Amino acid sequence: MADVIGSALKRHEDIRLIRGKGQYTDDMKIPGMVYASMVRSPYAHARIVAVDTAEARQVPGVQAVFTGRDLKDEVGMVPTAWIPPDSDMKMTPHPALAYDLVRYAGDAVAVVIADTPYIAQDAADLVRVEYDAMPAVTNPRDAAKEGAPLVHEDIAGNVAFHWKAGVSVDEVFNKAEVVVRHEFRQQRLVPSAMEPRAAVAQWNAATDELTVWVTTQNPHIHRLLMSGMLGIPEHKLRVVAIDVGGAFGSKIACYPDEVIVSWAARKLNRPVKWTETRSENFTVTTHGRDHVEEVEVAGTKDGHIQAIRVKSYANLGAYLSTAAPGVPTILFGLIVNGAYAIPYASAEVFGVLTHTTPVDAYRGAGRPEATFLVERMVDLYSEAVGMDPLAVRKINLIPADAFPYTNPFTLQYDSGNYQGALAKALEMVDYQQFRKEQDNLRKQGKYVGIGFSTYVEMCGLGPSEVAGAVGFQGGLWESATVRVHPTGKVTVFTGASPHGQGEETTFAQIVAQELGLPPEDIEVVHGDTAKIAMGWGTYGSRTTVVGGAAIHMADQKVIEKARKIAAHKLEVGEDDVAFDQGLFSVKGLPARTVTFQEAALDAYLAWSLPKGMEPALEGTAFYNPENFTYPFGTHIAMVSVDPETGDIELMRYVAVDDVGVVINPMLVEGQIHGGLVQGIGQALYEGAEYDDQGQLLTGSFLDYAMPKARFFPKFETAHTVTPSPHNPLGVKGVGETGAIASTPAIVNAVMDALAPFGIHDLPMPLTPRKVWQAIAAKGGTH
Amino acid sequence: MEESLVPVTLTVNGKAIAREVEPRTLLVHFLRDDAGLTGTHVGCDTSQCGVCTVLLNGEAVKSCTVLAVQADGADVLTIEGMEEEILHPVQQGFWEKHGLQCGFCTPGAMLTASYLLSTHPHPSEQEIRESLDGLLCRCTGYETIVRSVQRAQEIMDERRESADRETRAI
Amino acid sequence: MYTAPFDYRRAHDTQEVVAWLQEDPDNTKIIAGGHSLLPLMKLRLASVARLVDISQVAELQGIREDMGGLRIGAFTRHAQLARDPAVREAAPLLASAAAVIGDMQVRNRGTIGGSLCHADPAADLPAALLALNAELIIAGPGTQRRESLDAFFLAPFITTLAADEVLTAIVVPRMVPGAKSTYLKRPHPASGYPVIGVAAWVSVSGGLVEDCRIALTGIGPVPFRAARSEQALTGRAFTREAIAEAAREVRGSGTLEDDGDGYKSQLCQVYVSRALGDIAQGAG
Repeated sequence: MADVIGSALKRHEDIRLIRGKGQYTDDMKIPGMVYASMVRSPYAHARIVAVDTAEARQVPGVQAVFTGRDLKDEVGMVPTAWIPPDSDMKMTPHPALAYDLVRYAGDAVAVVIADTPYIAQDAADLVRVEYDAMPAVTNPRDAAKEGAPLVHEDIAGNVAFHWKAGVSVDEVFNKAEVVVRHEFRQQRLVPSAMEPRAAVAQWNAATDELTVWVTTQNPHIHRLLMSGMLGIPEHKLRVVAIDVGGAFGSKIACYPDEVIVSWAARKLNRPVKWTETRSENFTVTTHGRDHVEEVEVAGTKDGHIQAIRVKSYANLGAYLSTAAPGVPTILFGLIVNGAYAIPYASAEVFGVLTHTTPVDAYRGAGRPEATFLVERMVDLYSEAVGMDPLAVRKINLIPADAFPYTNPFTLQYDSGNYQGALAKALEMVDYQQFRKEQDNLRKQGKYVGIGFSTYVEMCGLGPSEVAGAVGFQGGLWESATVRVHPTGKVTVFTGASPHGQGEETTFAQIVAQELGLPPEDIEVVHGDTAKIAMGWGTYGSRTTVVGGAAIHMADQKVIEKARKIAAHKLEVGEDDVAFDQGLFSVKGLPARTVTFQEAALDAYLAWSLPKGMEPALEGTAFYNPENFTYPFGTHIAMVSVDPETGDIELMRYVAVDDVGVVINPMLVEGQIHGGLVQGIGQALYEGAEYDDQGQLLTGSFLDYAMPKARFFPKFETAHTVTPSPHNPLGVKGVGETGAIASTPAIVNAVMDALAPFGIHDLPMPLTPRKVWQAIAAKGGTH
Repeated sequence: MEESLVPVTLTVNGKAIAREVEPRTLLVHFLRDDAGLTGTHVGCDTSQCGVCTVLLNGEAVKSCTVLAVQADGADVLTIEGMEEEILHPVQQGFWEKHGLQCGFCTPGAMLTASYLLSTHPHPSEQEIRESLDGLLCRCTGYETIVRSVQRAQEIMDERRESADRETRAI
Repeated sequence: MYTAPFDYRRAHDTQEVVAWLQEDPDNTKIIAGGHSLLPLMKLRLASVARLVDISQVAELQGIREDMGGLRIGAFTRHAQLARDPAVREAAPLLASAAAVIGDMQVRNRGTIGGSLCHADPAADLPAALLALNAELIIAGPGTQRRESLDAFFLAPFITTLAADEVLTAIVVPRMVPGAKSTYLKRPHPASGYPVIGVAAWVSVSGGLVEDCRIALTGIGPVPFRAARSEQALTGRAFTREAIAEAAREVRGSGTLEDDGDGYKSQLCQVYVSRALGDIAQGAG
């Protein structure tokens, strides 16, 4: 049998999805179900004077209208689950339905529940809310200034926390030959999973149990948080996420909506469904990024970077969302030195509240921001010292013999060969030839550019002890149960909650390889707290790294027990039994065998088991990783810029990624492609904009430029493989690399193209108009 | 303003479905709620994302921007009707070439692709990418969708050839 | 998203449409393809008490030869325009503009009449139809009038169409034999609407530009013709210099808003230049 790990198996989940038989939350239909529609504030900051629901209640088919006052004493505040240490973090109480103040446009103030969604929306339009509008603030640095409107009256200066890490860099900067300073704006992005959020809640009055089907990346975290808010104990609360239509971080958070629906289902003793509209998704579902960053790099004249200092204002929106405080701190600040052996580094982050949609994780979550600033700074520093950015990278990349490498923030990079990935990328791109052509083209008034991103990221979240030390209010281990049925078929239960990444297939491949079974004999179950005891979900490129490792451990338990059964049957000692490709055999006597399936049947019949052995065959394991994993690679972008219009064309994109051992190359490529398009989307197209009253100006797909198929050339991808030494499968995680690496590669390439104009940086997204304006400001092409 | 129910009859995946609906019922809601076919999804409010794409009298349309009454008397093909005895070439192509991840846009993507191939049996890569102007996918980065459509086209050609051979053999 | 409730009627002839409009002109709306109207109704930005569906009105359908040109029924869908042999032969400029509207699904539903009457400043067809000298046939209570498209657009989303009138057909004169044309568009990355769309045709005789027309859409509050560019080109050899001069002359042809940085003026010039360049290279 050929290796299953490493093969491009077609996906198991596709069998239902390509037939339209997926089970997304909005597909749920329960007899007696009623529908919720939210009444939301049009103001970013206002006092609620009065809510008049009389007219709405009179609409035929309306079952109930609830306001913030109805929920106030019955539903707890929407919590925050990350408290960065030593940051003096203030909590931002977030009522599920606002009753005194609204703090962003979209804050919910009432809910209408009706027989059909049409009626619910009709009636929601008839809820009259009187507001006393107040001034709003949307930019994080403005919000932190004295006199800015306060988002929460008791949080002075709108600073929710002030976090610092690293070592003192002052002396290095004071003595440095070269210091480069720059300010970056990481614009706000809208995650835009194609499936809007939804929740269906059903109360069972006989058992006092609540079942909630919800679009979540982490059903168990949802259960934990909702249990606290609703006062329903965890063993009476079931959270289910069967098929989830993409998330990218935006379905980590526990939102008011699912809590409102759950509370109402119990109150009315009717199943209640709520489905978000795309317009709501833009204004209510968490956004990503949104930093203002002041960055300084110190170095020598000959290209050695000695220190980096980062001061960042992270816009967190109106409330601290579930994971929000960890994203611009732990997941950002600790890795701002990137893939470079920069001996001194410090990071300081102000977590700032504004009258905008809450900001939380979005693909990469903190690491794209860190990678962007260091990759851009390497280029700006190269320019300052008059060196080629590739040469400066070669000088400063952490050498292959330095692993495990401890960075200035005490992260220990597990393994790497950054030069190897760079060399592979340079085999795909003739750099010197490109430079020659670039010169020739410039003489003809044509502008092309090349940009590098030699990145590393930290993922595979993560060691639970570290999670605790950095203030995450949960563990980051993962669970797995490998249940072998009497016929030798297998059900795998994972606490991770894949929603498009394909682990129903990847995990089956791990089990198939390790137990020597055909992949089609293995079913992977996820996303249901009634079926899986505990787990922490899917985010931070952790599913295969942590969840997959747990499965590997559970497999070992199964093999160990089955081996004992086989030895008993073969009447030899356990140590004399070999296991290979689903067959137990006596060492040296290959003809004497017991199949895995026979051992499984024996385990269940229990007619003749080794003395003291319990019947049945299953393994449960909990994998708590000892470290994060550190995927890395080199991305190279080549662009041309039309100086007459500012249009940017992406000519080539080369991505060499090292994500450790690859379990399914087809799925790995898919993850990289998806990440690339999101990262390139940030560089060139996407950006959420507010006006100064806190109105989102880019609130639909008519305004917010989601990447489309025609924007891209074919991607050129390749790999190097440096296994993670501490992960039992050697995997490193691939969900976020594309989004992390690509944004700076593109911007570096565009700035390289624009160098003849004396343009060094432009704020993202690099729209044609901005590019043209910059060229025009430098005197244009004539 | 009073509105009354209006009768509509649609042939969905070959089966006639007659209902009395509010005039404001969108075709996508008729399919999901009245016909019980939840494979057609809703992804936006403004007719941009295309995840709700179905074939209306053989033409790709966004079912969130068609009233059920406008489709009265029409033939509708949804994802649930694509497969006949074996997977439709487009379904097979998407499966083989990893044209989907979360699967949410996939029904719309596949019906868009099948419409393209019905009007342009041998599209170039650029034509395929342009045909996806009305389809937003946040997962795949589109390249595997392009490959899936190319693969679907090969499968269509293969099936046509083998059908031709069988015909000749008779 | 769900629209507010409305009453729905399916009309069978133009007079029925007009009669129903007359009953309550302010609250009645015609629905053709619905691709402009329905999204607005779903967002509850447009409120309509009664929708009159014109899809079954035979007079509004079809494309036929008319006085040497084409008479295009208002209900003709964009995809039909793009592939119709008569349109491609007599007015290829219109076919090529229709072929790049929105996306494939939108083109299968949206109609020429709906697009014109909605008068979105960012619509593709007006540029092509202005360049083609199109006329509109409009039916009202007991009347029928014919109006040049040049005068039709008053402001964004506002036309000369009265609340009780219906656009029945668009008359498009046949392009000058031998004329070459193009529609050059930069789609907005999100909406797909033209940020700028330039429709142009040029006929060259004896080495000189005999006649030409150039119209722009998407870039201003209403689509407009670039008359001075046309003048600058007419009667001259169709050279790079003539094109450059014609492109420079586009400035001031129409109103541009939000042009403090000069970007929109720049786009007008560049796109007119490139459209004419494409024609000179043999497009269309």
